[in-house]
Amino acid sequence: MGNVLLIAEHSHGKFPKTTLVGLTAAKELASKTGGTCIGLVLGQGVDALAGELAEYGVNVVAVDAAPLAHYVADAYTSAIAEIVAQKGVEVVVGTATAMGKDLLPRVAARLDAGIAPDITGIVDARTFQRPMWAGNLIATIAVESTPRVVSVRSTAFDAAAKGGAKGTVEKASPAVTGTTKFISFNETKSDRPVLTEASIVCSGGRGLKSGENFTTYLEPLCDALGAAMGASRAAVDAGFVPNDLQVGQTGKVVAPTLYVAVGISGAIQHLAGMKDSKVIVAINKDEEAPIFQVADYGLVADLFKAVPELTEEIKKLKHA
Amino acid sequence: MKILVTVKRVPDPESTLKVNAEGTGFVKDNLKWVVNPFDEIAIEEGLRIKEKVSGTEVVLVSIGDKAAQEQLRTGLAMGADRAVLVLSDAELDPLAVAKVLRKVIETEKPDLVLMGKQAIDDDSNCAGQMLAELLGWPQATFASELKLAADAKSAQVTREVDGGLETLEVPLPAVVTADLRLNEPRYASLPGIMKARKKELKEIPIAELGVDTTPRVKTVKLATPPKRQAGRKVESVQELVRVLHEEAKVI
Ligand SMILES: Cc1cc2nc3c(=O)[nH]c(=O)nc-3n(C[C@H](O)[C@H](O)[C@H](O)COP(=O)(O)OP(=O)(O)OC[C@H]3O[C@@H](n4cnc5c(N)ncnc54)[C@H](O)[C@@H]3O)c2cc1C
Ligand SMILES: Nc1ncnc2c1ncn2[C@@H]1O[C@H](COP(=O)(O)O)[C@@H](O)[C@H]1O
Repeated sequence: MGNVLLIAEHSHGKFPKTTLVGLTAAKELASKTGGTCIGLVLGQGVDALAGELAEYGVNVVAVDAAPLAHYVADAYTSAIAEIVAQKGVEVVVGTATAMGKDLLPRVAARLDAGIAPDITGIVDARTFQRPMWAGNLIATIAVESTPRVVSVRSTAFDAAAKGGAKGTVEKASPAVTGTTKFISFNETKSDRPVLTEASIVCSGGRGLKSGENFTTYLEPLCDALGAAMGASRAAVDAGFVPNDLQVGQTGKVVAPTLYVAVGISGAIQHLAGMKDSKVIVAINKDEEAPIFQVADYGLVADLFKAVPELTEEIKKLKHA
Repeated sequence: MKILVTVKRVPDPESTLKVNAEGTGFVKDNLKWVVNPFDEIAIEEGLRIKEKVSGTEVVLVSIGDKAAQEQLRTGLAMGADRAVLVLSDAELDPLAVAKVLRKVIETEKPDLVLMGKQAIDDDSNCAGQMLAELLGWPQATFASELKLAADAKSAQVTREVDGGLETLEVPLPAVVTADLRLNEPRYASLPGIMKARKKELKEIPIAELGVDTTPRVKTVKLATPPKRQAGRKVESVQELVRVLHEEAKVI
C-alpha cells in the first residue's frame, strides 16, 4: 500500500514533456502498489510549479530552499530521502533525463534500495522491462527491495494530461546537505523544438562533413519540417554540433513520428536511440548502409544534392 | 595524489549478443572482450593527471572473474601503476558493485575516483552515483572536462547535460564519471605492454571483503526484441515527399 513519489523535474519554470511522461508511469505504478501518487517539486520559488502539478490530479509536496536553486545530486538526494521517509514511499520515480540519470541512483544508494534504470515497461509493482546492450536485449528485472527506485525512458509512456480532482499542495522543509557547488550552465540556444519533445527529428552524421554543412543543408530542412535537429556521435565528436544533440545508446533516446537520418550509417549505438520512431527515412549514398535495414523509406543519394531538393519540395507542399 | 579508476570487462561493442537457452543471460562463448569504452576514457584521464601532477599514482580496480585480468593488464599497459581484481563469479547489481568498491576505497584511500558513466553491457549508468553516495562524497557525472585546482583540493568538472554544458565544483575526494568527449584514450605501446607484465595485479576473493552483496535486483528474463522490418527504397526526392505525405501521412 506504499505511495509512489514522482521527482518532478522542471526547467525555465515549466515541466518538460519528459516529466509528464514520468508522471504517467508514476500513476500507473501507484495503481499497482495501491498507494497514492505524490509529486515532489524541489527548487527555489516553486509555488507556481507546485500549483500547476496539482492540476494533474496529484497531491504535491513543494520544497522551496535556496540551496536547491540549481540541481545538484548530493543536496537533492538529502532532501528527497527525508520526504521518502515522511511520506511512506514505496517507489521513487523519475525520468531518465540527464538529471534523472545523475540523481536517482544516488537516491537509491541512500535508501539502500534497488533501482530499475531506464525502464520501458511496467509488469507489476516491482517487475519492469528495460533495454540493455544498446536496445538489442530486453531484460525483465525484479527489484526486491522496499523502497525501490525507477527511472523511466522518456519515449516509453505518453505524457500525462491535466485533469482529475486538483491535488493538495503541502510545503516541506527537509534538511539539505551537500558540498557540490554549481558554477555555471552554458545553455545551447536554439529556436527549434527540443529533441525529446519534437514530433519530427532530422539528424545528421559524419556524412555532412562539417559544422557549416549542418547550417547550410540540415538546418533549412529542419525548419521546413518544423523539426528538431539531432546528430550521430561521430558528428558530435567531430565538433560539428553541440553534444546534447547526440542521439543513441549513450545520448538521447527519441521516438518521433518522423525521423530523418542524413549521412548516418546506422551503427547499433545510433539505432538504440531512434529505432522506435514511427516512420524512419534514411538518406545515404551507400546503398549497403545498415540504416536502410530499419528505414521505412530509403533514398540512395548524395545528400548535398538530395537535401536541398527535399527542403524545396517540402516548402512547396506546405504552401500548396 | 592517488587516483582510483574502475574497469569493467565487457563484450566488444561490435558484438551481437545472443540470449541463452534458459533466457536468463547472454551466451558468453566466442565473444571478444574489452575494457568498457567509458572506463578506457576514465583511465586516460587518470594518466593525464599523473603526467601533470608529479607523484600521482593510478590504481585500477575491477570486479569480475579471473578473465578480467586481461582488461586490467590493458590499463596497466596504457600506463596505470597497479591493479586490484576483486574475484567474483556472480554478476553483481550496481548497488553491490558500489558496496564492493567502497570497501576497496576504504583501504586505498584515493583522492579521486574516476569511472565510466555507463557499462555498455547492462547500460545501467548507476554505479558511480551509488558509490559517491555510499562514501558521502560529491559526484560529477558525464564529465567532458576535468580541471584540478592548483592545490589539488577540489576540481571543476564540465558535464554533458540536457540542453548544454554544466560546470560544477566539487571538493576532493570525489567521484567523477567519464562521458565520451572527456578525451581520446591512447593505445598501449609495445614497451607499455612489456612493462605491464611486471606491474602488481593483486587478486582479492570477494568473500574476504565481507561485503553484503545480496542483489536488490534480479534478472527474471532476457529476450531479443522484435526486429524492425526494412521498408523500401524510393527513386527520387519527389517520390519520397509524395509517400511521406500520402502514404505515411507524416508531413
Ligand atoms: C561506447 C560507444 C557508445 C556510442 N554511442 C553512440 C551514440 O549514442 N550515438 C551514436 O550515433 N553513435 C554512438 N556510437 C558510435 C557508433 O558506433 C558509430 O561510430 C557512429 O554512430 C557513426 O556515426 P555516423 O553514422 O555519422 O558516421 P559513419 O559511420 O562514418 O557514417 C557516415 C555515413 O554517411 C554516408 N555519407 C557520406 N557522405 C555522404 C554523402 N555525400 N551523401 C550521403 N551519404 C553520405 C556514408 O555512406 C556513411 O554511411 C557509440 C560507440 C561506442 C563504442
Ligand atoms: N564489475 C565492475 N568492475 C569494475 N567497475 C565496474 C563494474 N561494474 C561497473 N563498474 C564501473 O561503474 C561504471 C558504471 O557502470 P553501470 O552502472 O553498470 O553502468 C562502469 O563504467 C565502471 O567504471
